[in-house]
Amino acid sequence: MSYATKADLGGQPGFGKVVPEAEGELFHADWEPRALALVLAMGATGSWNIDASRSVRETLPDYGELSYYQIWLRALEQLMLQRGQLFPDEIASGEMRHAAAPVARVLRAADVQSVLAKGSPAERPAPAPARFAPGQEVRMHLGKVDHHTRLPAYVQGKRGTIVHVHGAHVFADTNAQGLGEQPQWLYTVEFDEAELWGDDAPRQNLSVSVDAWESYLEAVA
Amino acid sequence: MDLRVRALESVLAQKGYIDPAALDVLIDTYQTRIGPRNGARVVARAWVDPAFRQWLLADATAAIASLDYTGRQGEHMVAVENTDDTHHMVVCTLCSCYPWPVLGLPPTWYKSAPYRSRAVKDPRGVLADFGVTLPETTRIRVWDSTAEVRYIVIPQRPAGTEGLSEDELADLVSRDSMIGTRLAGATAEAGSAA
Repeated sequence: MSYATKADLGGQPGFGKVVPEAEGELFHADWEPRALALVLAMGATGSWNIDASRSVRETLPDYGELSYYQIWLRALEQLMLQRGQLFPDEIASGEMRHAAAPVARVLRAADVQSVLAKGSPAERPAPAPARFAPGQEVRMHLGKVDHHTRLPAYVQGKRGTIVHVHGAHVFADTNAQGLGEQPQWLYTVEFDEAELWGDDAPRQNLSVSVDAWESYLEAVA
Repeated sequence: MDLRVRALESVLAQKGYIDPAALDVLIDTYQTRIGPRNGARVVARAWVDPAFRQWLLADATAAIASLDYTGRQGEHMVAVENTDDTHHMVVCTLCSCYPWPVLGLPPTWYKSAPYRSRAVKDPRGVLADFGVTLPETTRIRVWDSTAEVRYIVIPQRPAGTEGLSEDELADLVSRDSMIGTRLAGATAEAGSAA
């Protein structure tokens, strides 16, 4: 077991109050919009998928100390270093020192609107009929996995109810590892607060749902 | 950071991976074209048009696309509607998943550890941080965006707004009310002043 995400924060104690901010306040430093745009433009080259990108971000050693756009930028550098698209001496100097590795596409200014409007839908033809239906009780898989996953720790092993069936979606766990899309049925599973946080936790009159791929779920007899 | 970002952009442009003019368009798009005004228009339409509201609740992706809001980080949309009995709140505990075509870029607090950790366990405490208190009898449903489905909250239409036009109603719908950390109406003003 070597894979360790630092991003699985649901239910973790000790992070303090939420600090609201004004609606028009999008960036907090001049470099942030540029960093955002770099990440989006490089994402559009098709050199990696969104799950691989999330995997690199959540495993950055100093994830907890970085601001969000710092995380994005650091992960962008990592992704490019891994692919031989960028080299440490180029990051340090700001100059091209090694030959470019070809990319599948370059996002041109004229194409930005159409590329954003198209997006990257994750739904795929279903490989098999859905195993579960709305109203059905399921238990979430329990146990650490040694790779990127989208099953948060706070719901692992917990019993919930299927409230929605979304269709078959690209499976994040395999897609992140370069093992292909391997689409699976995606469900919304809802949990009562007592199941998640125990009978002793202060009552909130709360339920929480996650979106979960079929292989995260086990039938409850 | 400033120098590091400029250096990186320079290298990537020299290598032919990026078109710097495209970066300008991307930034302008999220500063001026794609933001919570889009979502506010969706909500206002749902408030005045029962057929649209039904469509939005049944197939949010298609209903929202009919207003020309589509694409990146909004490919698969679900709309959840607040009522007298139920209040919805959206979070991404694992990263920062957010419905960009209707709400634009996520605010810092949405991506922060306090919100991501507490929204699923102590949403009433989170609401208190926004100055919102809900009756104990109100069921809170929190939607953790752990896949590529993106959620938008349809807040309750404030009382006494029967005479307002759709545009005027949209002005009452703040970004935070569509995430579920505030209510629509007077709190939209508080939202912009916070």
